[in-house]
Amino acid sequence: MSKLVISAIGPASSVQDGGRPGAQRYGLTPSGAMDRLALAAANVLVGNAPFAAAIEIGPFGAAFTARDGAVRVALAGAPRSADAAGRAATFDTSMTLADGETLTLGFARGGAFSYLAIEGGIAGEPMFGSLAVNARAGLGSPYPRPLQAGDELQAKAASGAAERRIELPPALDGPIRVVMGPQDDEFDDDAKARFLASEWKVSATSDRMGYRLEGPVIKDLHGHNIVSDGTVDGSIQVPGNGAPIVLMRDRGTSGGYPKIATVISADIGRFAQIPAGKAFRIRAVGMQEAQAEARRFAGLLQSLPDRVGGIDNFDLNIEALRDANVAGSAVSAVDIGTWQTPSADALAQD
Amino acid sequence: MATTLSPPRILPSGDAAITVEFSRNIDDTANQRVLALDRVLADEQVAGVTETVPTYRSLLVHYDPVVIDFDALGAKLVDMAQRPVPPVTKTRRWRIPVSYGGEHGIDLEDVARTLTTTPDDIVARHVAGDYRVAMIGFTPGWSYLSGLEKFLHMPRRQNPRLLTPAGTVSVGGVQTGIQCLAGPSGWHLLGRTPVRTYQLHRNPTFLLEPGDCITFFAIDAKAFAEQDRAAEAGEIIAELIAS
Repeated sequence: MSKLVISAIGPASSVQDGGRPGAQRYGLTPSGAMDRLALAAANVLVGNAPFAAAIEIGPFGAAFTARDGAVRVALAGAPRSADAAGRAATFDTSMTLADGETLTLGFARGGAFSYLAIEGGIAGEPMFGSLAVNARAGLGSPYPRPLQAGDELQAKAASGAAERRIELPPALDGPIRVVMGPQDDEFDDDAKARFLASEWKVSATSDRMGYRLEGPVIKDLHGHNIVSDGTVDGSIQVPGNGAPIVLMRDRGTSGGYPKIATVISADIGRFAQIPAGKAFRIRAVGMQEAQAEARRFAGLLQSLPDRVGGIDNFDLNIEALRDANVAGSAVSAVDIGTWQTPSADALAQD
Repeated sequence: MATTLSPPRILPSGDAAITVEFSRNIDDTANQRVLALDRVLADEQVAGVTETVPTYRSLLVHYDPVVIDFDALGAKLVDMAQRPVPPVTKTRRWRIPVSYGGEHGIDLEDVARTLTTTPDDIVARHVAGDYRVAMIGFTPGWSYLSGLEKFLHMPRRQNPRLLTPAGTVSVGGVQTGIQCLAGPSGWHLLGRTPVRTYQLHRNPTFLLEPGDCITFFAIDAKAFAEQDRAAEAGEIIAELIAS
């Protein structure tokens, strides 16, 4: 059995999967990956079930080393620089780390969470059917806490399968869509209008429990708490200080602040990827549109295995073309040259 | 069958959950209706409903919008919620030991002073109560109990504590509660119970269900220490009284 050793890792990085719904009535939050689409994309690249456990990597850098054999992995989610033992590693593509090779990742650029899936998944002891880390409840496996340097994840020996690439539709841009309620009647029209018309930023103090929003103060009508009721991923609660908090995967299952709106399920992963300090807007949609988007998103998740294909790698193509040329086909070496014009720097080095 | 009950409010909690609201306040009748609807949903298994979360005054119903949409499920829930509340056939009743005051209940003396009585009187009143688990929420096993006598109602602390111990039994507003894990709280700490309402490698992992009846009895700090060790080893310390 091979293993993947965490050589270095920043905070807010942990093993996550599709989560553990089903025990919210006992106060246990489902947890799970902040961006499920990215989790699923990484998993299907290495032949795993879409919501198998993978490494959720927070905004900071990380390094992983294969030991006791080769490990096949795939990266998806927030882009960042990635170097696999001197080779530039690509997102949305599988790769194999030979024994002793290290994959080094930089800071997230234009996102917050990246996912590293390991072929065969992560070995661990599921709790309520999930390996997802929920540090407060002492849940998660193999480590019931965020990952630290020195941690080791058992992995199956790399299969040697050809590397794969996934074609994802272009990421949605534009406002984060919400359905108003369940307690929007605790806010007057001015407060609701300000909520929907303003520019917001995700605060740097955000975490997997909730994203704090920076923007105008949103005051509720009664100036006091409501009687606690249930929360969902994406509930936007407004405490007495008027600064909204969007509840995320590690949220409390109930809360006593009025909830002005809820991020639609299709947009939660996209919202989770908004880096601290970046401006965004909110747009209210009707229930019909929100549920149509939920169905569209479910269809996208289902389509992921069909979106995986062979790698269109330049080097490989050129090899193939050269071979073809040698064999006397019509493709000439000149044609190959026009595909890849060496830069001035490369010529100088020659 | 004539419907005699008022319809609940059907509130959207995003596109994959509905809040069925029976009241805006802490209200025993509303909580009974919440628990009744929860039982009906458990019995009838509506396609698409994935999970329910009872609270004091509302039932949160999680569902899969690919299987059933908001309008269809909302109509079904209104219909189910207006059926007569069926009599509860079996209620579990628990007796839960609490070590009151001292290091286990650092607010007991303050509470007594505020309410111009003695710590012993506060304890006597708290153990005399007949409580019901109205909801479990926030963190695993945090059990919110209804039935606190009016004399013990107290506004929450101005400054919530960032860390209160596991097993804390406290009062806040019109409620009393058992907190399983260490964490923040703005309530007044009366004591600690060795009972784990949530313990990972124990069967059952979650001891209490919404709707369970609870009474407390006082133990001393020595008994607490002994029972705490036994509970840590996985023993269920709470006494289950057949109903």
